[in-house]
Amino acid sequence: MKSLRFILPLLVFVVLLMFLWVGLSLNPREVPSPLVGKPAPAFQLARLDDPAKTLADKDLRGQVWLLNVWASWCVSCMEEHPVLVELSKQGVVPVYGLNYKDQLAAAQEWLARNGNPYALSMIDPDGKVGIDYGVYGVPETYVIDKAGVIRYKQIGPVTPKMLSERILPLVKRLQAS
Amino acid sequence: MRWVFAVMLCLLPALGGAKEAVPAADDPVLEQRLMRLAKELRCLVCQNESLADSHADLANDLRDQIRDQMRAGQSDEQIKSWLTQRYGDFVLYRTPVKSTTVVLWFGPFVLLLAGLAGLFLYLRRRRTRVGQPGLTPEERTRARALLQEADPDAACR
Repeated sequence: MKSLRFILPLLVFVVLLMFLWVGLSLNPREVPSPLVGKPAPAFQLARLDDPAKTLADKDLRGQVWLLNVWASWCVSCMEEHPVLVELSKQGVVPVYGLNYKDQLAAAQEWLARNGNPYALSMIDPDGKVGIDYGVYGVPETYVIDKAGVIRYKQIGPVTPKMLSERILPLVKRLQAS
Repeated sequence: MRWVFAVMLCLLPALGGAKEAVPAADDPVLEQRLMRLAKELRCLVCQNESLADSHADLANDLRDQIRDQMRAGQSDEQIKSWLTQRYGDFVLYRTPVKSTTVVLWFGPFVLLLAGLAGLFLYLRRRRTRVGQPGLTPEERTRARALLQEADPDAACR
């Protein structure tokens, strides 16, 4: 009983320390998306390569695909761009771009200069579809399954590590099912 | 003289609050309703600012969307749920009471009650201890006998 008196404060302290430790390792910028596990919001948007044509979410059913939100004004997009270009060369999974609140000419030029990893890009000049997808910081990347359900959301640039450890294994699993 | 400065200092924060996002002046009633609602909502870009205060691009867009929805006759609750569907409960400054937030809402009160109970038990135990006389008469005579036995003068002799 006596030893408990001394061990108890120590235990309380250790528990507190663990809470603080976990709290410090969390990134407040990464807000968990309520959309994961829900059907991807519907859209029908003009294509960046040819604004006269449109692309809708229904056109992409039946395949696993990545939705990458990008813009020519977005600095971090430059950071993840080589990763996406590399991924597109592998041809494992198609990446569709959502060109978010950008200017057509600037976006087209950006792709021409830096390489185009996208199967297609659609344009969302006023950011309305972005809001439907809960976009708050470009770049963001979504993994969407064959039935059109969002399975994963990455906020911020896709790193090679995130790609090989989380996104690609998930894509493979979804493709197999 | 000094109290004049004190009064001026107290008035300073009122000046600081003046700078807020510019409202579109076309419909003051709607604008007021928007601002009242937006104060309860968190901007996702500048996370410590409300949607009413934030100058972030996204905050502007969201305010526009909320305006549109208000014009379309949506209630505040409908607009809030529209936002939480996209951005989660994180956008609400008033966290809803749910199974995942029960600890957040009631944990502090449980801790307070536990603390009060601990304090009460401690005080009660201390009172019974203080209430006791120091030594019983038998203990007193025994102590006196022991002290005499260990008489320091006796050791020196």
